[in-house]
Formats: sequence, C-alpha cells, structure tokens
Amino acid sequence: MAPLLEIRELRRHFGGVAAVDGVGLTVQPGEILSVIGPNGAGKTTLFNLITGLFPPDTGEIAFAGQPIAGLAPDRIAELGIARTYQNQRVFANLTVRDNVLLGAHRRLKAARSLDWLPLDRRRSGLLSGVGLLVETARALVRPPSVRAEEAQLEAELDEILAIFGERLLPRKAEYAKNLSYANRRRTEIARALAARPTLLLLDEPTAGMNPTETAEVTDQIVQIRGRGTTIMLIEHKLSLVMAISDRVVVMDYGKKIADAPPAEVAVDPAVVEAYLGRRVRAEEAPA
Amino acid sequence: MLDHLINGLALGNIYALIAIGFALIFGVANLINFAHGSVFTWGAYIGWTLIVVLGVPWYLALVVAALGCGLLGIAIERLALRPLAGGPPIAPLLSTVALSVVLDQAVERIWTPDPRSLPAQVPSLVFNLGGVRIGLPDLLIAAIGLTSALVLWLFLTRTKLGWAVRATAQDRDAALQMGVDVDRIQAVTFGIASGLGGVAGLLVGIYYNNVYPSMGFQAGLSGLTAAMLGGLTSVPGAVVGGLLLGVGESFGAAGLGNTYRQMISFVVLILVLMFRPSGLFGERSALSMDPGFGGFFAAGRTFQIRPLWLVGIALVALVAPLLLDEPYMYRVFTVALIFAILAMSLTLVAGQAGQISLGHAGFFGIGAYTSAILTTFAGYSPWVGLPLAALLAGLIGAVITFPALRVRGHYVAIATLGIGQIVAFTLLNWESVTNGPMGITRIPPISIFGVDIVRPSEFYWLALVVALAVALVIWQLSRSHLGRSWRAIREDETAALTVAIRADHYKALAFGLSAAIAGLGGGLIAHFYGYISYDSFLARESILTLTMVVLGGMSSIPGAFVGALALIGIPELFRPLADYRYILYGFLLLLVIRFRPRGLIGGP
Repeated sequence: MAPLLEIRELRRHFGGVAAVDGVGLTVQPGEILSVIGPNGAGKTTLFNLITGLFPPDTGEIAFAGQPIAGLAPDRIAELGIARTYQNQRVFANLTVRDNVLLGAHRRLKAARSLDWLPLDRRRSGLLSGVGLLVETARALVRPPSVRAEEAQLEAELDEILAIFGERLLPRKAEYAKNLSYANRRRTEIARALAARPTLLLLDEPTAGMNPTETAEVTDQIVQIRGRGTTIMLIEHKLSLVMAISDRVVVMDYGKKIADAPPAEVAVDPAVVEAYLGRRVRAEEAPA
Repeated sequence: MLDHLINGLALGNIYALIAIGFALIFGVANLINFAHGSVFTWGAYIGWTLIVVLGVPWYLALVVAALGCGLLGIAIERLALRPLAGGPPIAPLLSTVALSVVLDQAVERIWTPDPRSLPAQVPSLVFNLGGVRIGLPDLLIAAIGLTSALVLWLFLTRTKLGWAVRATAQDRDAALQMGVDVDRIQAVTFGIASGLGGVAGLLVGIYYNNVYPSMGFQAGLSGLTAAMLGGLTSVPGAVVGGLLLGVGESFGAAGLGNTYRQMISFVVLILVLMFRPSGLFGERSALSMDPGFGGFFAAGRTFQIRPLWLVGIALVALVAPLLLDEPYMYRVFTVALIFAILAMSLTLVAGQAGQISLGHAGFFGIGAYTSAILTTFAGYSPWVGLPLAALLAGLIGAVITFPALRVRGHYVAIATLGIGQIVAFTLLNWESVTNGPMGITRIPPISIFGVDIVRPSEFYWLALVVALAVALVIWQLSRSHLGRSWRAIREDETAALTVAIRADHYKALAFGLSAAIAGLGGGLIAHFYGYISYDSFLARESILTLTMVVLGGMSSIPGAFVGALALIGIPELFRPLADYRYILYGFLLLLVIRFRPRGLIGGP
C-alpha cells in the first residue's frame, strides 16, 4: 500500500542546533505511529515541519503522494492534516462550540466559494478577492444552503463531542478558558476531529492528565483510528504507547534511532541507551 | 550636496537619540512606547520655558529638560505600565497611546497650541573646512548626540546597573532569578530613554528656533522608524538607523521638495515593516519576540446586555431628539451616530479580528473626500458619491493594510498609524484634487425623492437608519463563519492557520469591510457639515474612535453606540470643557484600560 505520509532526509536547524537531523519515515494509512524520545529530541519540531509552522532546511515531505514541504500551514491543513499542540492552543475566549466548529473550517462550503475553479487558480490575488466578497455576501444573506450547512455542522458537533462522553456535551456553551485543563485538551482534540482529517497529529494528548483520564483518552484514540483516521502520536507515557501503537519511531538528538513495532523497540539497545544512558562497566568508570 | 549631508547628519543625530529610547524600552519592557514622542515635546517646552521665560542658559536648560523628562518617563512607567503587568499585551500599548494624548493636550493647554519661537542660543557661526560649510548648531547637535550615545554605551557596558538593564532586556525571567529587581530596572530604563527623548526635543527647538505642540508626534514616528531600521532592540542599530534616516530624509527633501520631508519617514516605516521587519542588520526578527494577542482580552466584568436594554436604547434614540426638539441637539446626536458608524467599523478589525488600528480616521477621510469631490467638483449625486466613497475606502483599506497584515501585534498599530498619517498628508498636499489646507466647501446635501436633507432633524433620521443598517450588517457577519474565523485569528493566529483559516485573506477582508464602513461614515459627515478639511482626519480622531470602542467593549455593537454617544455627547453638554475634551478622553481611556479592560459592554 502506498504510504499516507512519506518523509525523506528532513533537516531543520535552529542556530547551531540540528533539531531535526536527516529524519526519514513513512506512515501507512490507518495506523497509529508513535514518536517517542527524550525531551529535546526533535519530536515537536518534526510535527511543526509536517504542519508547515516552519519550512524545513532540506528534505521532502509527501502527503498522499503530494509534496507539502514548505507549504503554508493553512494549505497543509486544507489538505487534511490536523493537529493538537503540546501546550494546548484552544481559542480561550471562544466557546467549546465555536472551537469545534472552527475545526470544520477546512470543509466548510460557505468558505469555499471558489471551488469551481481549478486548484491552482483559487489562490491568485484578484480571484481570491472576488471569492472573499462572494463569501461575505453569502454570510450576509444567509441563503438556504448556508443555513443547511450550519444546521448540519451543529448536528456533527454533538456527534464529535459525544466521543468524550459527558465531558464536553454539557459544556458546549462554556468559554474554553473556563474549562478544566483536561477538558481544554479534549476540546482541542475535538476541534482537530471536526476537520475530518486523513492524518491526525497528537502532541502529548495526555500531558498533565491523571491515570483515569489517560485511560479514557487512550480508548478515544483507538476509537478515532477505528473511524479511519491515521494517527501520529507524540507521547511520554510509554505504557500508553506500547498498548496502542502499530509502530514506534524513536528520536534522539534530532535523529531517528529506531523504527519498529512496540515490542521490538522496547528491547532495542540504542533506545534503552537514549533513555537510560549507557551501562558503564566497572573498569571503564572514571576513577 | 555636502550641505545636505551635514544637515542630514544633524537631523540623524536627533532621530538616533529618539530611536535609542524606543530600543531601550522595547528591549526591557517588550513594548513600543507610543508616549515617547510626547516626552520629546515636553523636553522642548520645559527647555523653552527655562530659556525664554526664566532666562536660564541653554546648556543648563538641556540638563534640566533631561532630568525633567527622565522623571516624566519614570512616572509613565509607574502609572501606565506597572499596574498592567501580567495583563494582556494590548493593555500597555493602549495605555501609552492614552498617555500620549494626555501629554500632548496638556502642552496645548499649558503653553497654548501656537508655535513659540526660541531665539537663537548659539551664534550661527559657519566654519569653512576646505569648501565644506558647517554651522555651529550642526556641530553642537552632533557633539551632544554623540556624547549622549557614548555615555549611554559606557553606562550599559561598564556599570552594574547597565549590566542589569542588558540582562533584563535579554531574559527578564532569568534576570529576576539572578536577583535583579526588574521593576526598578524597567523604571530606570524609562527614565534614561525619556531623558534622551527630552534632550532631543530641546535640541530640535534650539536648532530650528521654535517649538510647537505636535513636534513630538512627527519626531516620534521618525525616531521609531529609525529604531525599526536598526532592528528595534539594538542601541547601536538605533544610532545607525537614525543617521541613515536623517541623511536619507535630507537628500529626499532636497530632491522632492521640502513638503515631502514628512512623507519620507512614513514611507520608509511602511517599507521596513513590509520587507525587513527585523531591521537592516538583524537576522532574527524582533517580531518573534512580539507578544502577539493570544488572550486578547483581560478577564473583567462587563454589563450583561439584555434584549430589553436594546429596546431601551432604541427608544432613547427615537424619543430623545423629539423631546429636545432643537437643531443643536439634533446636530450633536447626528455627529454621535456618524461616529458610532466609525466606531462599529473599528469593532470589526479591533474587536473581531484583533488587529488594533490607529489609522481609522484615514479611511473616514478618504470616504469624506471621495464623496465631497465627486459631488462638489464633478457634479455627481451623493447617491453616487456615497457608495463610491465606501468602495474606494474599502479597496484602499484592503490593499494598503496588506503590509500591516504580515506583521502582528504592536506592529499593526504602528503600520496603521503610519498609513493614517500618509492619508492625512496626502489630503493636505494634493492640492489640485483636495484643495489642500483650504478644504472643500459648499458640498451639496443628500436628497431623497427630490427633497434635500438640510435640516438637522432630517439628517438625524438618515444617520440613524444608516447606523442601524451598519449594525445589522456587522451583527450578521459576526455570527457567520467569518466572525468565528476572525475571532479565532484574534485568539491565536497560529492555531487558526492550522485549522485551515487563511488568516491573511480574512484579515484583509476585515480591514476592507471596516474601511468601507468608515468611508461611508466619512461620506455622511461630508454631506452633513457641507465643509471638510484635512484636520478632521488626523491621528487624534483615530484615537478618539479607539477610545469609544475600548469604552463600549472592543467587539460590542451596542458598545460602539454607547461609546460614541458618551464621547461626543458629554463634552457637547458641558461646553466649558470643550478645550479639555481630548485630555478627558485620554484620562478616560487610561481608566477604562486599568479598571474595566473589557469595556462597559462585553462582545463576542
């Protein structure tokens, strides 16, 4: 099967530090691929490169066969890659409802008034200006098609929130800033899901959660994959990683040091060394 | 040729002194101090008082002006910034804008708005050095400028306090952990920066032999441009930026004519923001250090609007002028309604999209002049003039703010301020089209079904209908996916991008629509007054509009009405206060930011 995401020789420096240093990997459709490694290994930078927050120095990223390295983040999101952030970035002064509806922006017909044009023409300056005006006019007039879409999104909203049981449903109208930490993380995942992404990048979705909440999120990730979404996961809780990953990529100092099913990674000497340091024999130890 | 170079270097020294102040404060407080230009004016006036009124020698006056402005700077830090620490980054920006209004207006009240002449203090000796003529005043400015920069450099690199300043600028938290009292350092920095600003102000007064209240505004923008050229955080960069700008301006003025001297700084400012926001030498953009506006609003209480209130406000609008049936009241309420239209247009960019505009009076002016010119000189009906006013303002708004869109946070405010000034400048100097300083008179009235709307009461109802229509449009946009997307950009632009929102397009749309509405308001005021001139469309009107919006609630439509009514109506009711109205506006803005940051009425 053709890989959904294919990364080759990806590099990105910050000053003198090679944050991502020649990483290559593939993600198969429908799998859960975890990326683990010590702090500062370059995992989040890898996510930032995939989602276009900054361009790579060199290297290639292909998503569904299309090169995306260096594209703007909104273009990449449009193609069907959604993400969450390590330090969660919900829209604090907006409601849970608005946060999740914003996630659906990528497939919003109301925002795509130029869809009848060939892809490469849609972004030309003048035409996109016309497109924006059409968009504005439709927002003002609210023709039946716009109302129908809003109503349908409203229904989908409940369906997405229902993934998280009773955690978010009763809080639809609550401002995101008033939510508990865990609920803000859930809202962010819900926002990403609303995009109906082909590839979902989760950056430490359970950071700061207690064991019960972590177990809940674990189930939900599996459930999301069950809906056909491919998932890349950065996670420090290794029990979670081992339980749900199809494959695990280990990074250290910007380089990929392992790429194998969880059971093999757990016993890989290079991985053990990266996490625990090297076992030093007595005669080698400094006096 | 060389004369221009000498003149440019003298001017450049002044800009460098101002730019150093911006750089120091931005480094330590991560803030562009919009009150810096006002401090410059204060330096000039303190010096003028000492020299002309008290007969103090100029060099002593320079020292006292430096000390006085240093204290002023410390007071600014204390009153306008320290109380806002830890709040949203928008608050200190608005706070320094408010203080600049208060300080500038205080100068006009204390020393009158008229220019004051400052007799030559230094004999205008001219040295002839191998064919190059250098005046003593030029030398003096160069000497004082270079000495100040040198002393500052020694202070920053050789003293413990200077090290602490640099450490705080580099990493505030780390400095705090190493035991640096960062609050005190911030106060010291404001003191030094403002002292240098005051010296620059008095030097300019001595050099040109006069002082006037608006001198600091222009000099402040030029100084900021110089600081941006130098990378905004670097003191040596600020010096080089100042000298480059001074020389460039001097040669530009020689080539284009002196009228365009002012324009050069603005254009350079916009070009820097557009193409080299990190300055000429910087690798890393200071932009990345800009706080951005995530968490735009502070937590704060607002009055809950109930539908009943709206009915109440509507009733007041309908009944009040009937009860006070006199032309004067109708005029006041009409102006308030037109400003409500302008304020509502600002809620779209500032409240919804989170982009602070300090140049909205510019779009208001474009609209006013477009309709006035089309109807007065070209004979079109206002029904052609008004839509074209909106269209042209909107188009210019969308295109011209594009440089502002590349940048975030404080830089949007600077860029829009510069753009507003370019518009005002064009209205004043493009005489063949705008009639220059004379303004346009005998603008024909709007007529409906053949009836000319000339009586204030008739115009009131027209303005009310237009204002309500605008409110409806903005409300409809606000609840659509567009409003949602704008608010997402306001909250966190990066996160908005990763949910596929094309932030630059939507921001341009917000600016375009907002400018079109402002232009429509401008068209109305042109036909209402029948006379317009460029000085109704200056930065202080932009700030007045911003104050209305902050007072009412940044994204609230009813808030825009309340803000406009309060700020236009109340000074009209207390005529004796008329001269002090802008000072009162400034104080009001300060108080609202401090105590009710979300305004009276919260919005979406």
